[in-house]
Amino acid sequence: MSPLPPLDLIESADPLATPRRVALVRPDRRPAVRTTDEKYVMTFPNLIVREVILFQLVVVGLALAAIAFDAPLEGIANPLETPNPAKAPWYFLGLQELLHYFPPVVAGVLMPTLVIVALVVIPYARINQTAGPLWAGAGPRRALALAAATGAVVALFGVFQCWPIAVPTAGIALAMFAARRGEQGGAFRRLLAKVTLPEWIMIWFAVVATILTVIGTFFRGPGWSFVWPWSHPLAF
Amino acid sequence: MPALDTAFRRLRESDVYRSIVRHGAASTNRNRSLLVFENLFLHVHPVKVREKTLRFTHTYWLGGIALACALILTATGVLLMFYYHPSVPQAYRDMKELEFVVDNGLFLRNMHRWAAHLMVFATFLHMMRVFFHRAYRPPRQFNWVIGVVLLIVTLLLSYTGYLLPWDQLAFWGVSVGTNMAKEAPLVGEKSRFLLLGGNIVSENALLRFYVLHCVVLPVALLLMLSVHIWRVRKDGGVQGPPEEPPQREEVR
Repeated sequence: MSPLPPLDLIESADPLATPRRVALVRPDRRPAVRTTDEKYVMTFPNLIVREVILFQLVVVGLALAAIAFDAPLEGIANPLETPNPAKAPWYFLGLQELLHYFPPVVAGVLMPTLVIVALVVIPYARINQTAGPLWAGAGPRRALALAAATGAVVALFGVFQCWPIAVPTAGIALAMFAARRGEQGGAFRRLLAKVTLPEWIMIWFAVVATILTVIGTFFRGPGWSFVWPWSHPLAF
Repeated sequence: MPALDTAFRRLRESDVYRSIVRHGAASTNRNRSLLVFENLFLHVHPVKVREKTLRFTHTYWLGGIALACALILTATGVLLMFYYHPSVPQAYRDMKELEFVVDNGLFLRNMHRWAAHLMVFATFLHMMRVFFHRAYRPPRQFNWVIGVVLLIVTLLLSYTGYLLPWDQLAFWGVSVGTNMAKEAPLVGEKSRFLLLGGNIVSENALLRFYVLHCVVLPVALLLMLSVHIWRVRKDGGVQGPPEEPPQREEVR
């Protein structure tokens, strides 16, 4: 069944006019409000009780964490004594890790700005509204274009020797191509075959951001050299 | 215990109680409805909700966890403010006071810190959940944008709070971060100066971060969060996995 034709709201600038709504009613659809067979339940107690339980679980969990682990406190701030390494809070350590590979204006300004802009435009990009599975109805041209695009990203980060991005990008590109004709594969490949292009990009972003943050947090020591997490104290 | 039951019933039927809570016990659907829509705080909910929105996998309760953290942070934060002076070196001494003098002071600070980390984490996961459920589709596009702003406000809240203990970790963490801001073309140097009240992280920066952390950003969070939740309600409640293609009645 095709969707109902649009409703027309006849608007007037006259403050005394009553707004009129004109809708076309097709014989196969009743003018009644859209009915749904969805089941509804009372908000109290069904939702409210769940909310209260959730809040209590968070409080209890955090209280246990607060008993078990103390917040770090080092010596009083001293501008003359720079710790090595000097680290930002953990959620910025992905950016600080980027600083190791790129000039500060790229790592500290350009990349975060691009991320925020990309996040904001998500709901306004047509592809996010309409995208189907990446390989649905795709010919060899799409495979070629994707190979070129992912290859270019891997090469770009490879040139800057930024392996924490280049290697996962290559891995996700491989998964992307494993999804091609994945409908005939095992359960995991069938799952991959359903992923849309925007979702692949978001998975890539989340994986790269996580890897950079984990490296910056756990694997970086004096002079931003590679260290094992157990060889140095961690503070959050 | 009949005596206790009678006492409770008397209390609930008393004029004073009924002047405060204007509906009877929530044992009927009418009173359950009144309980929700006669309450300022609960009436952001509809009286009835779609049953499937209660499923764990519908939202994973991630927005709720972030909100719970915000409430806990407000409560513990206000208590911490009673013991804190945003000045050098008293700020650091106050940390020691919290640890060794104030009853449960360390617990309070621990809870505030872990709740802050959890809030950043939960907000990020909430964003991922909304993305993969495609819950940003019409009519919810702008609420996604508000959500991105809320993520940034959350990060800024955590970041401004990071300086307040005034220990080496705080000082250098904030120095590293604000040095990155300096690199922004044209506005970088100026905005860093504005943020720090000087060219380096100093007592002025501590005071500015304190005011941002305790007044400006919480108010911003409250306002944006109110709009965020209000719009969720107006758009028909929480949106789970996309079971049906997007459908909208075009009103022109």
